Amino acid sequence: MDDPLMLDANAVAGDLAELLGFEVTGASHRCGHCGNVAMMGTLLAWTHGPGLTLRCSICRDIVIRVVRTPARTLVDVSGAAYLEIISR
Amino acid sequence: MAEPLAWQIATVRAIRAETPTVSSFTLELPAWRPHRAGQHYDVRLTAGDGYQAQRSYSIASPPSREGEVDLTIERIADGEVSPYFHDVVEVGDRVEVRGPIGGYFVWEPGLGGPLLLIAGGSGVVPLMAILRERAANGARPSTALLYSSRTFDEVIYREELDALAKRDRELHLLHTLTREQPAGWTGYTRRIDRPMLSDAVGAAGKQPLVYICGPTLLVEAAANGLVELGVPASQVRTERFGPTS
Repeated sequence: MDDPLMLDANAVAGDLAELLGFEVTGASHRCGHCGNVAMMGTLLAWTHGPGLTLRCSICRDIVIRVVRTPARTLVDVSGAAYLEIISR
Repeated sequence: MAEPLAWQIATVRAIRAETPTVSSFTLELPAWRPHRAGQHYDVRLTAGDGYQAQRSYSIASPPSREGEVDLTIERIADGEVSPYFHDVVEVGDRVEVRGPIGGYFVWEPGLGGPLLLIAGGSGVVPLMAILRERAANGARPSTALLYSSRTFDEVIYREELDALAKRDRELHLLHTLTREQPAGWTGYTRRIDRPMLSDAVGAAGKQPLVYICGPTLLVEAAANGLVELGVPASQVRTERFGPTS
């Protein structure tokens, strides 16, 4: 996928930490589509649309989507089988 | 769980020109926290009417420096935040930041090596933090830096890199200048390609931990090339900047 706008989850790590309350890129996930288990920092990020889309680095399917409106934030994690957040 | 990430007001303590379009800004932080080499800070500017622009900038300084960080920022001509830093900000000014951020594109001495660092343009900044941290540490794993710049004058940290390599036989610098080369240039003269990556892997050593940072297409080309050379994808960490300026 030669998309020059593609970034990594690292690029939105600050916003995700503020939203979810944990450091996201160092956490692990399992892709709900292909089953790949990896750190969330491997997710590919598209940030230039109206929302944020994070895709699996292996199968490129959508793992997480975030949409903000003035009144609320919607986080769609239906593409993730699980998230694993290490306690510190 | 760690404390939530809060915005804080940093004070600019020093500004150092690195190249004609890149400068390092030393920020003093009231709520400084130790960072890991490779992490970044978010910077937020707020206009009088409430409009906000936010960008991420990599930390260039090593974690061993307390109370402040250096952010090295390239001036992007049509950018919203970087021209403000280059054209407006002066020593003593205050800017809003939060960090350190990121738990993936990071290196600590405990991770060991060998290390293969690959940079395009200002993508060298987080890799410089890794090199500075490595230099400050006793154990120095074999390391190669493959660094692509357009011209000689655009090579960020050029003298410091040369000085580091001069006193460290385990550090190998491989430069490529893609647009213009000075007379007598002995480095590469083309974009990063498979033979160059093969040389870099050879210089770093077997089974290197790889960190690649730069414009998205350069990162893609380098990461794919390394996997084709047999480097496991799980050993390759990437940080993409987006389109080339």
